[in-house]
Amino acid sequence: MNSASLSPIAMHKENIQSSVQKTGQTDRPVEVVAAEEPSLAGRPDYIKVSDFSFNYVPAVRVLHNITMEIPEKQVTAFIGPSGCGKTTLLRNFNRMNDLIDGVSHEGHIYVNDQDIHDRNLEVISLRKRIGMVFQKSNPFPKTIYENVVYSLRVAGQKNKQLLNEVVERSLKSAALWEETKDRLHDSALGLSGGQMQRLCIARAIANRPEILLMDEPCSALDPIATAKIEELITELKQSFTVVIVTHNMQQATRVSDRAAYFFMGKLIEMDDTTQLFSNPSQKETEDYISGRFG
Amino acid sequence: MSEFSQKIGASKAERAAPGEPMVWFSGMWLAIGILMIVFLLSVILVNGLSVFWPKDVVQVELTETSKAGWKQSKYFAGELRKTQQRRVANEAGEAIPEIQLFVGNRDVYGFGFKFIDDSDISRRTFPQDILMVERMEYGDMIAYPVKLQLVGGKEILAGEQGFDEELQSAVERANLRRDKISFIERGEIGGVNREMERLKMKLKKAELNTEGVEKVKLEAEQKQQVLQQEYEKLAAQAAALRKQQNEDIFFYRLVTGEQRSQVVGDLVSFYYPNQLTLAGKISHFFSRGWGFLVDEPREANTEGGVFPALFGTFVMTLIMCILVVPFGVVAAIYLQEYAKQGLVVRIVRIAVNNLAGVPSIVYGVFGLGFFVYILGGSIDSLFYPERLPTPTFGTGGLLWASLTMALMTVPVVIVSTEEALASVTRGMREASLAAGASKWQTIQHIVIPGGLPGIITGMILAMARGAGEVAPLMLVGVVKLAPTLPLDTVAPFVHLERKFMHLGFHIYDLGFQSPDSEAAKPMVFATTLLLIVLVVVLNAAAIMIREKLRKKYSSGAF
Ligand SMILES: Nc1ncnc2c1ncn2[C@@H]1O[C@H](COP(=O)(O)OP(=O)(O)OP(=O)(O)O)[C@@H](O)[C@H]1O
Ligand SMILES: [Mg+2]
Repeated sequence: MNSASLSPIAMHKENIQSSVQKTGQTDRPVEVVAAEEPSLAGRPDYIKVSDFSFNYVPAVRVLHNITMEIPEKQVTAFIGPSGCGKTTLLRNFNRMNDLIDGVSHEGHIYVNDQDIHDRNLEVISLRKRIGMVFQKSNPFPKTIYENVVYSLRVAGQKNKQLLNEVVERSLKSAALWEETKDRLHDSALGLSGGQMQRLCIARAIANRPEILLMDEPCSALDPIATAKIEELITELKQSFTVVIVTHNMQQATRVSDRAAYFFMGKLIEMDDTTQLFSNPSQKETEDYISGRFG
Repeated sequence: MSEFSQKIGASKAERAAPGEPMVWFSGMWLAIGILMIVFLLSVILVNGLSVFWPKDVVQVELTETSKAGWKQSKYFAGELRKTQQRRVANEAGEAIPEIQLFVGNRDVYGFGFKFIDDSDISRRTFPQDILMVERMEYGDMIAYPVKLQLVGGKEILAGEQGFDEELQSAVERANLRRDKISFIERGEIGGVNREMERLKMKLKKAELNTEGVEKVKLEAEQKQQVLQQEYEKLAAQAAALRKQQNEDIFFYRLVTGEQRSQVVGDLVSFYYPNQLTLAGKISHFFSRGWGFLVDEPREANTEGGVFPALFGTFVMTLIMCILVVPFGVVAAIYLQEYAKQGLVVRIVRIAVNNLAGVPSIVYGVFGLGFFVYILGGSIDSLFYPERLPTPTFGTGGLLWASLTMALMTVPVVIVSTEEALASVTRGMREASLAAGASKWQTIQHIVIPGGLPGIITGMILAMARGAGEVAPLMLVGVVKLAPTLPLDTVAPFVHLERKFMHLGFHIYDLGFQSPDSEAAKPMVFATTLLLIVLVVVLNAAAIMIREKLRKKYSSGAF
């Protein structure tokens, strides 16, 4: 990874993480590390999308010339009718769409000034910095514990104590600790749908990624869990950049700082959330958020 | 899972709606299939198990005019094996009923079985004191005991107090001595022989190198002398035991009236078939069944047990699994996970599927040509030049047989592994990759564990096919009678170059190659039953592992 392109905070965090991984004897919990980070104001263009277009199948364009900036340490909400391309754009941020045969793109996406499609950039190191919660919950057929620590395991983390701490912290953050603390070593597939989704959230934040992508994380959750997740999102933005896709307008207003409205693969409007919802500049946006559409 | 099966249940109920002809039609074919399988299995089960069940011995008296008698005698005694009609009717076109007796005493009669027309028999009796004796040679003896002459001249007449006990203990002593002799001759003397052989090879190798020959020669000769002495000591021990085997003598009388004697060292066990109670029969049944499992074969395999064949089959199947599973799984991983899906991969897949249909004998020929001659030959000339021209690996053996079977069953493993890997959902893979795992880590931590039950299914199919196959094995290492097991206590413990015995080949050999097919028939059934049981046991073990895994992950995808 080109560390020159990282922000000072990210570098700081990177160093600590790697020192933990190398020596494996630091018993400082990661939480302390996070708390120690100086709370600098984030840069406004942490993720920069410039004139980005995307095709799943040749000649069928799903995203059209998207240009946007996503600020650091803020919550950005993607809204728009079903099928407009929110998931597609989100999955481009960690190059998840690379896995699909026949896709192609034009334009650039920069994360912290680094072109993520750069040939020299290792996609694995990119994904290590980005956590993702999928639209459909997809826990591994492993124990709850192993699900949560998966990203640390594949990074080679073997410190048991640290793993235990990560499990507790992550499950607490995802509002799942109380329900699962006595059955951490049971199969995750024995959880309910909503619990699975929260487990996926816990898994995504376990290694404290710089960016968290959440694709409708609350669509399967009850109001209490939803409230907890929203609380979590608000908490997370102290240190991380969050992008959330949601169909729930209230949720968007509650949690997000910035909001982007998509329609038919185009970015119609992006603005501060309060601005976008109270005084949208585009007619389509107004129609959508006032429920006259979709 | 349960939800799913409920759904299936519902749709079944719909399908079974009255007036639906296809239900009855398709159901009938299934029923016929199941019926045939059940019939076949029950025939094998009944015949295979009845081998060990002791039968009554009937003594028949022939009519005055009968020509069926043995020499002048008008008597036969034996186990009633069959009651049937003669294949050819008489001139009047009437069927002739006849019976088949197992009369034993092959050393006297020259045959073991006798067909007698019903019309020739005037009387049938079941004498209480007739004795059935299992012997080392010539099959069973069926006769009346007369007396036992023990070493030192002591004699006990049959019917006297303590005769049975004395005979029993004499037979047991003989059995113990026989085991001891076999241990000395095969184990200890075998070890000495191996040592000598090694010396000879060392000498030969030294000669090939030409330098230092003298020194090696001197050493070798000294060692040889020590070994020779040891050998003579052991041989003397064995000879003494052998002599003891001939000291107790058992006298008996055939139903024909002829008096004979035999040394107790030739006897294995005895019982009075017509005196056995139900409990006695049951215990006899189990002890004979156990003997069948753990004893070595005798009398051209038609007597004794099948232990070497059972063991050989088991070891061969196990080694085959160890070879085929990693091979098949790795190939399937490449095909499913790494290869770019396209025409080439499609063709490869079709080719793999078709490989499963190649006649097994073709694999045998390939194994012989490639593994045995080319690979084995090269190994011999590289690593065992001193033993040439006697081949070590350049002849059929356990390794080549297992490899051939692995090659034969690898398509099965590839196909089912591919299916298993494909069943791991995209969502699961994406979650792993999004967590920063590499492709291989994803395969290793997510895809393979998720596909494991399916992979084990492939292994089960491969095992079932491999354990039951005979034809290719005949070319690459199976023999009728192997002198040694492929596994023993002599380093390196697993002797992959050794020839071995196999239950499938044992069945073929007994049924079609043995001189007395009538005598071998019970063994054929018993061995068949055992092979089926072995395959079932191996499969059950694999299924149990699979269930455990499935429970662990509770992913009811298979
Ligand atoms: N794997 C794929 N292959 C081909 N087309 C796809 C694929 N995934 C999505 N699409 C198409 O791309 C368009 C955008 O899909 P996307 O999943 O991004 O919508 P979305 O905004 O997330 O909708 P929703 O709110 O329903 O999740 C849709 O028209 C969809 O049909
Ligand atoms: Mg979506």
